[in-house]
Amino acid sequence: MNYTWNWGVLWQSTGVGDSTYLSWILIGLGWLVVIAIVAWSIAMVLGSILGIMRTLPNKTARAIGTGYVTIFRNVPLLIQLFIWFYVVPNFLPGPIKSWWINDLSAGTTALISASIGLGLFTAARVCEQVRTGIEALPTGQVNAGYAMGFSTAQLYRYVILPQSFRTILPPLSSELTNCVKNTSVASLVGVSEIISQMKTISEYTQNTIEIYTYVTIIFIVINVCLITLMTLLEKRLRVPGLIAGAK
Amino acid sequence: MEWLTAFTHDLQLSAPALWHGLSITLKVVIIATIGGIFIGTLLALMRLSSIRILNLIAQGYVNLFRSIPLLLVLMWFYFAVPFIYTTVTGNYLTIDTALVSSIVAFMLFEAAYFSEIVRAGIQSIPKGQSAAAYALGMTYGQSMRLIILPQAFRKMTPLLLQQTIILFQDSTMVYAIGLLDFFRTNYVRGDLMSLLTQYILFAGLVYFTISMLATYAVKRLQRRLSV
Repeated sequence: MNYTWNWGVLWQSTGVGDSTYLSWILIGLGWLVVIAIVAWSIAMVLGSILGIMRTLPNKTARAIGTGYVTIFRNVPLLIQLFIWFYVVPNFLPGPIKSWWINDLSAGTTALISASIGLGLFTAARVCEQVRTGIEALPTGQVNAGYAMGFSTAQLYRYVILPQSFRTILPPLSSELTNCVKNTSVASLVGVSEIISQMKTISEYTQNTIEIYTYVTIIFIVINVCLITLMTLLEKRLRVPGLIAGAK
Repeated sequence: MEWLTAFTHDLQLSAPALWHGLSITLKVVIIATIGGIFIGTLLALMRLSSIRILNLIAQGYVNLFRSIPLLLVLMWFYFAVPFIYTTVTGNYLTIDTALVSSIVAFMLFEAAYFSEIVRAGIQSIPKGQSAAAYALGMTYGQSMRLIILPQAFRKMTPLLLQQTIILFQDSTMVYAIGLLDFFRTNYVRGDLMSLLTQYILFAGLVYFTISMLATYAVKRLQRRLSV
């Protein structure tokens, strides 16, 4: 097998307009960022709500939280995305369904489905972290709050959440990097994010090793940047007086 | 419920293909788990060794595989396995490329995750155990094999099994390289018979049931082992 090396492949013209393969990769990277931001926002908001619900005294609230986590953690991500992309639109009410199918392009529907799907999947993970963070607080904190005459809402707002969110930052940052890595699954429902761009370029140019290597490096760089950022954030927000904050 | 009867009718026809798909899924999961735990243990021992170069190699391996998406790893191996095979042996790969590269990819990818579990497991064994083994005149190999690892594996079995459940769910990603595992078989059949909705939901239900039961079993085991 003769392999022709060409590390300059990214700067070659694609033959479509005056774009280079680098611009295709950058477009893919752009979609990766879009999906990651939308999905992470959904995951943080919904995950926090569900995580809090799982610690409330109210039985119904706890059951809803537990049910959500059970379902979304036991169905593979790929199948979840396929459900949001192929299955759910069939059950939309008439006018919305026709708007979804006729007025939106396949790329747009794929992008929306993938972002929502990844967001809801990650929410179940964030929920578990939030719950663990809240449960890890010493019970004295809760009792002291009640003794001061706080309502449950005030207790969460002023005592529990400010502390627990700071202690769960390390596991949350690892969920964030997972979320970014999982955006690659969106390529399988047809989003032209970085993995699918990579595949297209490798089919066009046959320079598979080079292009795969470049994308691998991009992922490593993204990961290092995220970890560095989150470490800085953890240092700033560390709870003084806790063992983890003693440094 | 015509929606459902059409599906249950077709399910009888597609059952042999689905069983075959499930056997492929299980094959990938089981071989990758066993191989992954083996390589993961080696990596953990390298990571804990006092030889700096082994340490760095293991650390680099784990960090590399943990920072790239599984999908990318699968595609790398789908491309690289036949390429390397041909370069090394001069022949073309005649066996099922998708299956072999899936197994290799999962084995090496999961090894990075297994190694972190094994490392934590070894570190959780009190120092006195290895000190006592050395005092009895055991070599490093003997103390690891006879004293440390048996205790460590007992402690970390639940975690390893949990990681296997994650591997079972992630095995659906072989969709990307065209391996007809359980999920892809469902997808292809559903697409062919215009029963895509039903087949996707059915596959989701099967994965859900297996994962949930397995998680429940692991939790029970954890309670029994932790006494």
